[in-house]
Amino acid sequence: MLMGRSSWQFNNQPVILSTGVVGGPFEAQGKIAKDFDILHEDLWLKQTSFEKAQQMMMEEASQVAVKKANIQKGQVDYFISGDLINQITPSTFAAKSVDVPYLGIFSACATSAESLALAALIINSGGANYILSGTASHNAAAERQFRYPTEYGGQKPPTAQWTVTGAGCALIAPSGEGPVITTATIGKVVDMGLTDPFNMGGAMAPAAVDTIVRHLTDRNVDADFYDLIITGDLGKIGRESSYDLLKEKGIKLDAKKYVDCGLTVYADDQPVQAGGSGTACSAVATYGHFLNRMKEGKLNRILLVATGSLHSPMSVQQNNSIPCIAHAVSIESRGGGS
Amino acid sequence: MIYFWAFVVGGLICVIGQIMFDVFKLTPAHTLTTLVITGAILDGLGLYEPLINFAGAGATVPITSFGNSLVHGAMAEAEEHGLIGVITGIFEVTSAGISAAIIFGVIASLLFRPKG
Repeated sequence: MLMGRSSWQFNNQPVILSTGVVGGPFEAQGKIAKDFDILHEDLWLKQTSFEKAQQMMMEEASQVAVKKANIQKGQVDYFISGDLINQITPSTFAAKSVDVPYLGIFSACATSAESLALAALIINSGGANYILSGTASHNAAAERQFRYPTEYGGQKPPTAQWTVTGAGCALIAPSGEGPVITTATIGKVVDMGLTDPFNMGGAMAPAAVDTIVRHLTDRNVDADFYDLIITGDLGKIGRESSYDLLKEKGIKLDAKKYVDCGLTVYADDQPVQAGGSGTACSAVATYGHFLNRMKEGKLNRILLVATGSLHSPMSVQQNNSIPCIAHAVSIESRGGGS
Repeated sequence: MIYFWAFVVGGLICVIGQIMFDVFKLTPAHTLTTLVITGAILDGLGLYEPLINFAGAGATVPITSFGNSLVHGAMAEAEEHGLIGVITGIFEVTSAGISAAIIFGVIASLLFRPKG
């Protein structure tokens, strides 16, 4: 089970039975629009607040996942979720309507991988038959949480990123059809002392590198063992600096096999500055786009390295640095894996 | 020629603001208040009025002019009514701008969804 210093190997190979992926209007114009199950035209989803819209996307994603797997909602044992908003309340309200035992977690934008790793661990140890693991974010809700009064319309530098409006949910089970979760590496909090909340990609890059290096060491494989190493939301700046850092650490990695969800979701002409971000960023790209490519047989082994920036508006106001984390989960096609 | 200097001076004030954003990483709120206070200090030293005469709208449109107006109103009232005039005079000159912001804000919030 324990693999190396800080990774888990899931010998019973928990299966991702199905996924549900929901997006907003801006995501509908992006590069991977076809990989969404539901796309909304209205940013409000006819709700009275953006937070409620986020909650609704989470509920929809879980419903889609349950429906695709042909099971009843009552069969789900646990729901593991988290998000970016105060005390993860949108996840809590979504859990109320999902109506199964709930584990609320917070790893900022690394939440998708943390919940997937925990779900795999529980399933692998026989602790459940079905687990829903998911996360949602909403651009306008995150802006309200982390930025100035949005009405003020303050400038954003080119290093800033765009929070994905969407939700991604995976249904994990001990057996069945679908890609399997083979290993996970839990991230350490890495803080290089950066303080600019408008350059989170740059701040998170060392955390991603730390986790990737520890994962490869723990699993005792080279980087090209994976068809793709997929970081969560490093964006242009973070992807580049993390790639350089990996090279410095002696990791040989083909640039084409090192992709970022933040650079996957949106089209090149969409004004998202350095790229996409938000908890839903890695969730929609992985559970939608990359798992679809696995189903098509174009990918066999991927390593999701979801990256999270763990600051709060208060910690930034108090001039604290930005602590970051990255959790890694490897997903493999059955038969295609080791 | 006044247009030229208005362009140069107004533009320079904005450049300073942009540098405060980009180089010193100040928030919009910090940048705004710093520029207002700078305008107020300049007027206290008697330097803002000559700048307006020189550059016209280049000096009156940027937010520094708001600081200038606050001090101007306070000083004018103080001359007439003494120390109490400092308090009553602060918004003397700027009341039109502040009231306009409130009134148009209310109208906009009635027409659109105000919650950001």
